[in-house]
Amino acid sequence: MPIKHSDEYRDAEISKHLANRIHATSTQNIRLMEVCGTHTVSIFRSGIRSILPDTIALLSGPGCPVCVTDQGEIDAFIELARQDDVIITTFGDLMRVPGSNSSLQNERAAGQDIRMVYSTFDALQVAKDHPDKQIIFLGVGFETTAPTIAAAIKSAAQDNVDNFSVISAHKLVPPALEALMGLENVEIDGFILPGHVSVIIGLEAYRPFFDRYNIPCVVAGFEPTDILSAIQMLVTQIKDKTPRLDNAYPRAVTNKGNTKAQDLLKEIFEIADACWRGIGIIPASGLQIRDAFAVHDAAKRFDVSVGSSKSLKGCACGEILTGHKTPPECALYKKACTPTDPVGPCMVSTEGTCAAYFRYHAD
Amino acid sequence: MQKDQILLDHGSGGKISHRLTIDVMLPIFDNPILSQLNDGAVFELGGQRLAFSTDSYTVDPIFFPGGNIGDLAVNGTVNDIAMCGAIPGYLSVGLIIEEGFDMAKLEKILTEMGKAARRANVMVVTGDTKVVPRGAVDKVFINTSGIGLIRDGVHVASDGAKIGDQIIVSGTIADHGVTVITQREGFNFKASVKSDTAPLNHMVAKMFDASHEIHVLRDPTRGGVGTALNEIAEKSNVGIKILEDKLPIKKEVAGICELLGFDPLYLANEGKLLAFVDARNCDVVLKAMRSDGYGRESTVIGEVVGDHPGRVIMETRIGGQRIVDMLAGEQLPRIC
Repeated sequence: MPIKHSDEYRDAEISKHLANRIHATSTQNIRLMEVCGTHTVSIFRSGIRSILPDTIALLSGPGCPVCVTDQGEIDAFIELARQDDVIITTFGDLMRVPGSNSSLQNERAAGQDIRMVYSTFDALQVAKDHPDKQIIFLGVGFETTAPTIAAAIKSAAQDNVDNFSVISAHKLVPPALEALMGLENVEIDGFILPGHVSVIIGLEAYRPFFDRYNIPCVVAGFEPTDILSAIQMLVTQIKDKTPRLDNAYPRAVTNKGNTKAQDLLKEIFEIADACWRGIGIIPASGLQIRDAFAVHDAAKRFDVSVGSSKSLKGCACGEILTGHKTPPECALYKKACTPTDPVGPCMVSTEGTCAAYFRYHAD
Repeated sequence: MQKDQILLDHGSGGKISHRLTIDVMLPIFDNPILSQLNDGAVFELGGQRLAFSTDSYTVDPIFFPGGNIGDLAVNGTVNDIAMCGAIPGYLSVGLIIEEGFDMAKLEKILTEMGKAARRANVMVVTGDTKVVPRGAVDKVFINTSGIGLIRDGVHVASDGAKIGDQIIVSGTIADHGVTVITQREGFNFKASVKSDTAPLNHMVAKMFDASHEIHVLRDPTRGGVGTALNEIAEKSNVGIKILEDKLPIKKEVAGICELLGFDPLYLANEGKLLAFVDARNCDVVLKAMRSDGYGRESTVIGEVVGDHPGRVIMETRIGGQRIVDMLAGEQLPRIC
């Protein structure tokens, strides 16, 4: 796979031009939420905050997969890791997330077999290489990640790799947006919608949400000029009072999205309620493995209970994910909770809001 | 949460490693040479100023594009000594080998170590071999220590950065870190990146031939350029400003970093150095570096400033600013 680097989307002149237009257009105080954790990190890394006018506040939303994974789900992962003859396979950034009394990293140091993988197919290969063990993949992520996991389950079913299973804690973005707008005291004037997720689900997937709330929404890519373009479009929409569902990432996002990936998702998963950290149960916002693939469903095969959401004492991750608080407003931030000793997941994941604030000293 | 065990983060070179060194080790071994916490120790013996350094190598995989654990172990210690402003002379090699390890592979590693030693013009003069039961180590671990003589009139230390110093990097960053990641089991991208492992002592000699006004030398290995700059800013109590668009990064390296959510500023280099040079002498030092095979792409990436002491600020490509902090622990690939 050739990997291309896109310098044109970081061009200083284009960026300055966009920033100037934003400065010229933005007159009233507005609050924009970037839903996706990758956006949060890109905004900090490129220094976008430092070139925006003071009128624009950027809030980080519930779009860091690790951060919105509920405490009960994390505890279930750890419980699975403690079973005999099990190899846990996971994406890297789940390793440090503290559960109620341990983390995967601590379990690995204590001797459990927990392996970081780069794709679900690597996990499937581990299963083929170790027929005497049960290989469980921790399925966390949004519509972006879920299709690759669906593909691995389908492949496991076709090849009868019965010792491979997935615990699905997948979450869907549009229902979360609905839930956010339904919360009390929401002060969001516009959404920067996630690029990767939208590649899969397509622009039109947000149409029902947009129609209901009539709030400015722009899908953005991840390069500085992508994000600045989206902000510029949002500022204009808000100023002109013409809310629209717009696409500032047309080189990757289409109206319908990737229908093959969508079909695969429907084949393997069905929509279910899901528990989000800080928000609670959101109806029809998660994916569970269909009964036809029950043999690959770790939740059905192993006796683990996904406990109810127990929030960590004093941790404001929930309020931060919903834009009600910024990290410096959390009593634990920088005191009891640092990247070295994280209390909540927003401080653990590199894409977590608190970790980003901490790393880039945004207070 | 359990805290009373060693985690991989303790060996990452980031904040958690530092805490282990400072809170646990320093009080036990307490002495003024160690407490400087430089890459190598600098002290006087028999009227000569010497640099002495040690490092252990546990890289996985042991063979990777551009090098292997053997030449890495020689180059690493050679470079640590060179970064003290010394001319490395003699090395020790300690091998810990797993029972059952392939003899041909061992011979290959040793042959590469021999070649690396000749390239760096150092001699391996003492060593030790231990074999441990299968599973007690992973294939082979290597420790090297080395000693070198510091040239007259040369004074480099990580607390020596001065306001106005120009900061030079000797070539593209993060090549080694990205190479090792892409070679690990389970990473299926076909990448043509290779490790930059190389001895830097000959380049350092040319630099000091050109000027003695080099205040800090550092090879940004584990923890990368970001961590090294933070340590220098803190110890020298100065601010550091770097420019994003001056940082030399291979396109493919940048692409892989983006894919995995890694910041190249924190990935290891094994054949690059950072030099803090008095502004008036910057051109001659830069010229000396570019005249060496390992420094052809040397370039100025920033300068030492009076503002924000202890902190590293990057001017981003789009004209914004951001803080470059030290990492807490190992970078972990993100969920895309």
